[in-house]
Amino acid sequence: MTDITKVYSVGGEEVRALDGANLTIREGEFVSIIGPSGSGKSTLMNIIGCLDVADSGEYILDGQSIEQYSEEELAKIRNKKIGFIFQNFNLLSRMSALSNVELPLIYQRMHINERKANAQRALDRVGLSDRSNHKPTELSGGQQQRVAIARALATDPAILLADEPTGNLDSKTGDDIMALFHELHRAGDTIVLITHNEEIAKQAQRRIRIMDGRVTEVGA
Amino acid sequence: MILQSLKMAWEAIVSNKLRSFLTMLGIIIGVVALVVLVSLVNGATGAVTSEITSLGNDMVTINIKDDKGSPIRLEDLDDIAALSAVGEVAPGTSMNATAKFGYSDATVTLYGTTPAYYTIQGLTLKYGRFLKSADVDNASYVTVLAYNTAEELFGKPDVVGEELTIGGRSFLVVGVLEEDTSMFASMMGGYSAYAPYTVESRMADEPYINSLSVSPSGDTDETETQVQNFMLARFHQDEDAFNLVNMSSISDAMSTVTGTLSLLLGGIAAISLLVGGIGIMNIMLVSVTERTKEIGIRKAIGAGKKSIMLQFLIEALVVSLLGCLFGLALSWLILEIVTLVAKTISFSMSLGVVLLAVGFSSAIGLIFGLYPANKAAKKHPIEALRYEG
Repeated sequence: MTDITKVYSVGGEEVRALDGANLTIREGEFVSIIGPSGSGKSTLMNIIGCLDVADSGEYILDGQSIEQYSEEELAKIRNKKIGFIFQNFNLLSRMSALSNVELPLIYQRMHINERKANAQRALDRVGLSDRSNHKPTELSGGQQQRVAIARALATDPAILLADEPTGNLDSKTGDDIMALFHELHRAGDTIVLITHNEEIAKQAQRRIRIMDGRVTEVGA
Repeated sequence: MILQSLKMAWEAIVSNKLRSFLTMLGIIIGVVALVVLVSLVNGATGAVTSEITSLGNDMVTINIKDDKGSPIRLEDLDDIAALSAVGEVAPGTSMNATAKFGYSDATVTLYGTTPAYYTIQGLTLKYGRFLKSADVDNASYVTVLAYNTAEELFGKPDVVGEELTIGGRSFLVVGVLEEDTSMFASMMGGYSAYAPYTVESRMADEPYINSLSVSPSGDTDETETQVQNFMLARFHQDEDAFNLVNMSSISDAMSTVTGTLSLLLGGIAAISLLVGGIGIMNIMLVSVTERTKEIGIRKAIGAGKKSIMLQFLIEALVVSLLGCLFGLALSWLILEIVTLVAKTISFSMSLGVVLLAVGFSSAIGLIFGLYPANKAAKKHPIEALRYEG
């Protein structure tokens, strides 16, 4: 990620949410991005997650340059390379845990048998194989976040992008989720964790601080 | 992908049953209105058309109002019968007279005619025989009674060989016709009897034929033209001197009228379907706003514009087609009940009407689903994710 700049204009005034941010995340790394609210954290996450594109600069994801793609193409990239994990889980409450995990695979047009197997495997990895037919409302917060992680894992993405994954959980379940991230990291997954909590951020291999749209390495 | 979208649509519909049902209600009512109205008109048309056909569809009747000094006599009928497109010709003059048997009496319409009348009018005998040429030549006082006339006067239908008086003269009954159960007979009512033309014209003191019926040998319209030309030649090209009625043209006119009627009613019903479609659009718009978050999640995990569009479009389509299905079932029920109540006329849904309803409903689902679906697809993923409904 080189010289990423994103400018918003709010009420006729230009706001530089990201101002020449430079960042490299290597495969298999566990990186935390930390910064107070309004620091450009969310903007950075949106750009890493291909929900948005930068106004200038270059972003190379998994060897592929993400430029001014159309919405349809960005959706495909999100589907294949990014695994989102949100603060408030963002599961579809109407569907069972398994169906939620299957959802990104449906958009890949994967065949039903293969899809079910992949989804089940992802649920196994987060230790929820026995809860696959429960609806999100029937699960605890920690379990819901595990389902969300399973959904992110199902497509075998290049990056797991977690936005305050423990923000809505008590410290005990938060620790469990962090333990799960460490486990996934050991298994070789690339994890980018975005948080404002120093304690959580410290657990990562590498810490990156963001302030007023500028990125600085905190050190290992 | 389509199958998955169908499954998603089904889940969305089932998750909010009451709302889905109320949305469908618009389509259900529209479809019922369309199918029932059109089927009722079609059923009634079918019944009326078959009545007209049973009256003698292939028959031309002529009434002469002004003979211009060259009246038509029985011998002149041979000239008409000689026309190439004419099959048979029979006089159909009539008079009203009182018929008496014992103490019972009735006012009957006495038709004076010839044996050809039997086939031209498509009559059928129940008992005895119809008039014969000899009866006409000899001016015999014989008569053939309609079924209800015989019942009224004699109290029974089998009265061949009995004698009665009509207009003060004694007649021998030689035949009784089959009972006429058609709608027109019951509508027009009255009692009729048939006598040789020679007898009737003497009784009525009317030596000339002022009414006759002609059966075609082939095309009825050709017959009409030929007879018309014959009459025009005879009556100095005066179109007002006579009145010519082609029964097939009546049934043509009838079908035009009912066709227009079913188009009109179908059009009104289509408007209610349209209103149902607007209901679908309304609810879909609400649903899209409500599910903004869901759209955001789907987009974040990789649903493209097309997938979201397809999902909501199929949802609208499923609602309208499901409504159509319920509507068709309800229409079928209503038509069965109407048929049971109406007894004589059977109403049924034609395949055409069903296809029309299905086609119209899908078109409406598609048209009114397009805007909400497009609105859903156009939502920006970041804003949609942030939405808290």
